[in-house]
Amino acid sequence: MARITLKNLKHAYMRNPQRDEDWALKELNLDWDDGGAYALLGPSGCGKTTLLNLISGLLTPSHGSILFDDQDVTRLPPEQRKIAQVFQFPVVYDTMTVYDNLAFPLRNRGVAELTVDKRVREVAEMNDLTATLGNRASGLTADGKQKISLGRGLVRTDVNAILFDEPLTVIDPHLKFQLRSKLKELHTRVPNTMIYVTHDQTEAITFADKVVVMNVGEVVQVGTPKELFEEPHHTFVGHFIGSPGMNVLSCDLKDGHAYIDGNRIATANRAGAGAGKSEIGVRPEFVKFAGHGLEARVVKVSDAGRFSVVEADSAGGLIRLLVEEGGAIPSEAARLEFDPAATRIYTDGWLAGRAGQP
Amino acid sequence: MARTKWLIPAIYIIFLMLPIYWLVSMSFKTTNEILGSFTLWPQNFTLENYRTIFTDPAWYNGYINSIIYVSINTVLSVAVALPAAYAFSRYRFLGDKHLFFWLLTNRMAPAAVFALPFFQLYSAIGIFDTHLAVALAHTLFNIPLAVWILEGFMSGVPKQLDETAYVDGYSFPAFFVKIFMPTIAAGIGVAAFFCFMFSWVELLLAKTLTAVAAKPIAATMTKTASSSGYELGLLAAAGTLTIIPGAIVIYFVRNYIAKGFALGRV
Amino acid sequence: MNKTVNQKAWFFVLPVLILVAFNAIVPLMTVVNYSVQETFGDNVFFWAGLRWFEEILRSPRFHDALGRQLFFTGTILAIEVPLGVIIALAMPRKGPWVSVCLVLMAMPLLIPWNVVGAMWNIFGLPELGLLGKTLNTIGFDYNYTRQPGDAWFTLILMDVWHWTSLVVLLAYAGLVSIPDAYYQAARIDGASSWAIFRYIQLPKMKRVLTIAVLLRFMDSFNIYTEPSVLTGGGPGNSTTLLSIDLVKIALGQFDLGPAAAMSLIYFLVILLFSWIFYTVMTRGEEQ
Repeated sequence: MARITLKNLKHAYMRNPQRDEDWALKELNLDWDDGGAYALLGPSGCGKTTLLNLISGLLTPSHGSILFDDQDVTRLPPEQRKIAQVFQFPVVYDTMTVYDNLAFPLRNRGVAELTVDKRVREVAEMNDLTATLGNRASGLTADGKQKISLGRGLVRTDVNAILFDEPLTVIDPHLKFQLRSKLKELHTRVPNTMIYVTHDQTEAITFADKVVVMNVGEVVQVGTPKELFEEPHHTFVGHFIGSPGMNVLSCDLKDGHAYIDGNRIATANRAGAGAGKSEIGVRPEFVKFAGHGLEARVVKVSDAGRFSVVEADSAGGLIRLLVEEGGAIPSEAARLEFDPAATRIYTDGWLAGRAGQP
Repeated sequence: MARTKWLIPAIYIIFLMLPIYWLVSMSFKTTNEILGSFTLWPQNFTLENYRTIFTDPAWYNGYINSIIYVSINTVLSVAVALPAAYAFSRYRFLGDKHLFFWLLTNRMAPAAVFALPFFQLYSAIGIFDTHLAVALAHTLFNIPLAVWILEGFMSGVPKQLDETAYVDGYSFPAFFVKIFMPTIAAGIGVAAFFCFMFSWVELLLAKTLTAVAAKPIAATMTKTASSSGYELGLLAAAGTLTIIPGAIVIYFVRNYIAKGFALGRV
Repeated sequence: MNKTVNQKAWFFVLPVLILVAFNAIVPLMTVVNYSVQETFGDNVFFWAGLRWFEEILRSPRFHDALGRQLFFTGTILAIEVPLGVIIALAMPRKGPWVSVCLVLMAMPLLIPWNVVGAMWNIFGLPELGLLGKTLNTIGFDYNYTRQPGDAWFTLILMDVWHWTSLVVLLAYAGLVSIPDAYYQAARIDGASSWAIFRYIQLPKMKRVLTIAVLLRFMDSFNIYTEPSVLTGGGPGNSTTLLSIDLVKIALGQFDLGPAAAMSLIYFLVILLFSWIFYTVMTRGEEQ
């Protein structure tokens, strides 16, 4: 077990990266605490799998270094890094039994057969595989196979961290929930660092203590699910997390305050000096109909169970808001009020006035 | 280990090229040089052997004959295999599995077993010594192969494609020619390649079923080798020329070769 | 894919059926017909019953040819299959060299079989051929037209040259179909290269290797043209394989009855062996 430190890490798949877009992973510094449950969240192609493969050693970074505790492992091959990894598509050794599959990583490392047997049975028990231990692995269903992949990671006692690369992609929806709870439960029993890559916010939020949000090759925010929801550092985070995502409205700035169509909007932060595209971000949960505020016109109401999602057109753009069941919804013209504590100004996408922001 | 791994294919390719090099190099040597001294490459470079082949009708007609029957065979085999492969890949019908297996057993038939009966059969119906005779005889092992390969490719095409086309109002023939065949173009290419290959390289049947009019180039060579004694240079030149069509075909289908093999299903 | 039952599909199969039946059934019937009759020429035939079959099955000549055939097929399978797999494993998976390898390796497959024979005939000549001259220069007394051992050596080397590429191409096709994740997982599990071969590559190649072994078995059992051009079955009868013997009897001596009986036995032997191979090699998949 170890703390993982990424220092000035950068990676490009081409030999001579010139422009910014050439980097699959832009420069990044990050600490992963020992025993934490992390999620790496972002849309497809944002560099999360690249980052994962750099940590496990399947890729060697073009730049920067990776430390496990204080040991530099940047150039070490995967088998020497004490890392387990579960892939998107289940990998099992078809010709072996479930038992032999689980024993494989230990036998490769020359562990005594007595210890192997003890570990395999323990892990099989944890993963509900005891009944199928003697079966051929090729005959199992996708979730069974994925449990084996997972088991092969858990069976080793020397593991620094377990990495998951979208492990639930090929699992039936009704089993996804089960397997996810299983992972969560395992994390409480096996205090390993776990890093879970996904593009599904629900998976990330239910699994992780801390979520790392990535977009186009860079980390946009690291935080608890609550932090990401309440204080997105970037409009991308606001948009990507939450359903429906955060409203992003164009606005004008005057003396650090935000104005939409001449109306001053009270915000939690103030914009600093300097030019850039200014926007206001506010989640649908913090917008309500009121007697005063921004003028808007209701264009669409959709029922989402306990509440309705209302779409309204305003001078700043389309605004979504949530109205609880039974709440009054004006038929056309309306005024909207934002909760000032949850309304923020963003400059060029980034939260304005935040320390250390580029 | 990993660094020297390329040596294995490299050495193998050198081994493959050596006899070919020897044949080609000999084709540019004079008879005197071949018989007189052992030389690693032609000392008196000559095109005389090739000139003989291109000016003597007995030689170049052999080429034309080979190319004619190989082409007839390839077109015929693929054309009849297409609907059959479609039937095997899309429908279940009475005796389908037995039929498929029976077709494949013909791929196992030794040409030597069929040589004489073919000779009698084709003589009886009056097509002995025609291009058609050889082309027909070669369908015996090329049709099963073409059906086998095409069926593999067609099974990879989802059935929804057919259904969508019918909904869009295509008749079956129109769908098959305009939509389905372009979709499996790679498969047709691979099947045609294999038909070409096996028809081009086979000689026993081709020789047995021809006398003069449709005699293949390869048979002309055998005659030269035995009758006119040591005309090794000429023989080498003719041999070299038979390699060229194959090499051209391989170059065009190189990306499909591996795939075509992988799709063969036993 | 779930197929619909449709008896009209027979119409699609009909052209193939007619052509192959015409080519396969009529000649096969001719062979069966000859195999139970005796002729003294002039199209006069007498019923001979199963006499030819008994004669062939008892004749030392057939036993010897069959023995040589089995030795030949066994040897080339034992060389070509492992060698083909080793070469396929060592080939690059991507990049410009893949095409170069594939094109060059496929070359021997597209050379007419008698040219292959002629090429090796020339290549092995003790005084004029590169192989023969080299072997004699470095001290071997090599002459494939006189010494049976040398004839066999050349015959097997020629077949390895001619057909190993088929195994390479098939094995390679099997290898490139393995997803990267398998290799990555194996590295993380700390698997040795032997373990990767044994538990990932070999199982994934099993299907294509079955095809390779079957094709090589059938084709090597049917081989006629190359050895007949190279050695003509000689010296003596030392390299007379089944097909060569059959053609000698049928076209050379025009002994139609025995030749036909031998053809049938020969065909049945191939079917039997193919079936055994197929059953043994695919047995594991049923479980």
